[in-house]
Amino acid sequence: MLDIKNLRAKVGDKEILRGIDLHVGAGEVHALMGPNGSGKSTLAHVLSGREAYEVTAGTVTYQGKDLLAMAPEIRAREGVFLAFQYPVEIPGVSTTYFLKAALNAVRKHRGLEELDAMEFLSLIKDKMSLVEMSQTLLNRPLNEGFSGGEKKRNEILQMAVLDPILALLDETDSGLDIDALRVIAGGVNALRSPNRAMIVITHYQRLLDYIVPDFIHVLYNGRIVKSGTKELAFELESKGYDWLKGEGATAL
Amino acid sequence: MLSAESKEPYIAAFKQLRVGGALPGPAWLEQLRQAGITSFEAMGFPTLKNEDWKYTNVEPIAAQSFAQANGEAKSIVGAEVFSRALIETDAPRLTFINGIYSAALSNVSSLPQGLRLGPLAEFIDQGDTAVAAQLGQLARPEQQHFVALNSAFLGDGAMVSLAPGCRLERPIYLLFVSTSGARPVISQPRILLLLGAGSEAKIVESYLGESGTAYFCNAVTELVGAEDASIEHYRLQQDSDRGFHVGTLAASLARGCHLTAHTVTLSGALVRNNVRMLLNGAGAACVLNGLYLADGKQHVDNYTLIEHVSPRASSLELYKGVLGGAAHGVFNGKIIVHKDAQKSDARQTNKNLLLSDSAVINTKPQLEIHADDVKCSHGSTIGQLDADAIFYLRSRGLDVAAARSLLSFAFASDVVRRLGIEHLRQRLDEYLVGRFGAW
Repeated sequence: MLDIKNLRAKVGDKEILRGIDLHVGAGEVHALMGPNGSGKSTLAHVLSGREAYEVTAGTVTYQGKDLLAMAPEIRAREGVFLAFQYPVEIPGVSTTYFLKAALNAVRKHRGLEELDAMEFLSLIKDKMSLVEMSQTLLNRPLNEGFSGGEKKRNEILQMAVLDPILALLDETDSGLDIDALRVIAGGVNALRSPNRAMIVITHYQRLLDYIVPDFIHVLYNGRIVKSGTKELAFELESKGYDWLKGEGATAL
Repeated sequence: MLSAESKEPYIAAFKQLRVGGALPGPAWLEQLRQAGITSFEAMGFPTLKNEDWKYTNVEPIAAQSFAQANGEAKSIVGAEVFSRALIETDAPRLTFINGIYSAALSNVSSLPQGLRLGPLAEFIDQGDTAVAAQLGQLARPEQQHFVALNSAFLGDGAMVSLAPGCRLERPIYLLFVSTSGARPVISQPRILLLLGAGSEAKIVESYLGESGTAYFCNAVTELVGAEDASIEHYRLQQDSDRGFHVGTLAASLARGCHLTAHTVTLSGALVRNNVRMLLNGAGAACVLNGLYLADGKQHVDNYTLIEHVSPRASSLELYKGVLGGAAHGVFNGKIIVHKDAQKSDARQTNKNLLLSDSAVINTKPQLEIHADDVKCSHGSTIGQLDADAIFYLRSRGLDVAAARSLLSFAFASDVVRRLGIEHLRQRLDEYLVGRFGAW
């Protein structure tokens, strides 16, 4: 479903991704770990089309199509979803209004009928129970004054509503207490399906206790220096990232 | 540059009307008109050297010759106009076409008790003492160029008078339509709003210009708020891209009187709004709520002056502007706290969103504080759409245009939310969705 080959990207003059190779199959959950500054979030943003990042080499093939040639909104409509580490606050736009506009843009692209207000409300009520989100948040301006946990729940709610094929979760666990983490992980797990792949980016192994990945990759200095199954997370937990830095160097 | 000759046609027109007897009236009105033309003759049109007109060049108005309206072209006004003007057709309404009252397009049947509503000229003809006592008291010709001009040609307009304790359930709509004539037309409506002690009212002035038409509308409103009156005043403007509009609201609030003054400018070639608030009684409170949109080569200037005269009065001002194309916006917010106005609370905010590189905004807060125990604050911002927010929306499937439109709408929405008439909030929301969608 997703094939990343020798992907290089920079911000300004600084090269951050220095040759990423990654294959993600349908239904798989991949965890992307690594120390701060290793390029995890950059990869998520490059895949979702953030213009601040310039791709200098490599290819990304998504469902047989050239992902990098698509505008961010086309990627979204084609089923790529990024759950932001820092969801943006947008005063003046209610979550409901925003999400209905987004869903209908996606549905239209997929050749589906747009939902009217009633149909949308019944859909969203159903999805809200997934992340135990309160109805009042829906009518408030998007993310404005939301707590850290509420913002992350809202991201997962959006994911549930937009029904992506490839979900990128960027540090979804950051800033969450254990209860919120459990709820959100539960929501994510409920959305696992044979048709949906996920890349879960996290700094800590803690999240992977709740969202158990099929594969784990460690990013260091803009490259994947180690890949393995979920056992790799325990090794990282006990040894930290330092022991891998040597492996990154050999890859040079 | 503005020449001294630019005022001559108005002086000549005044003399001609005088000789022809076209502007009859009682002696007090004659005096007011004379004071108007005398002041205008002395001042002429304002120039950029005038501090209050520093960023607005009125030469396009001064250079053009306008005809007095003669009542033609009424037929183009129909239901569609009411809808465009955002008014509720089943509420009390006065309609003026090029400044001339149209009984056929007005709705003054079965007015609630305690409300007097009608064309100003009728009240003058009937020798109404309240009108005689108030007209020209708050909007004085001295120092104010366009008030002087309006006063010189004072003929008709709207009059709303509410008896003490009278509470209106429905808003009152005053509709002023500018349409084409043989030559570009000038209209100078005068509006007098007298709100008795403890009364409650929502009064909407809606100004609408026929698209593509050149005209000049110079409207002056005087609002007298008695003790403990609770008032919402609205000024909605949708002028044509060749339409010139200068509007003045001069209000005085007595003890405990609350006034919210909404000023919404959606279009116009050259628009200047003057709001002058006199907080004249202890505990008086005003809220100024402004929204202005301009694109293309439009110019919109909001001048507000709030005078805290009495103690414990409050003023809360929020003006927001969205400017695109090569539009030019001006906000000049002046607050004067007089010596005896202790415990005044004055807060002013002006926020501007620039949607293009060529749009210009001049924003200028002016605080003059002569009392020592007051709370005053002001802030102004100028910004563009947030790139992070645009990306966030695009990452959810909205295209760039939809994302920009939604964020512009969001920027304007907290002004719209403050409107106290549900109908206006809804209609304005619809208008803004369409406007920003096509921007």
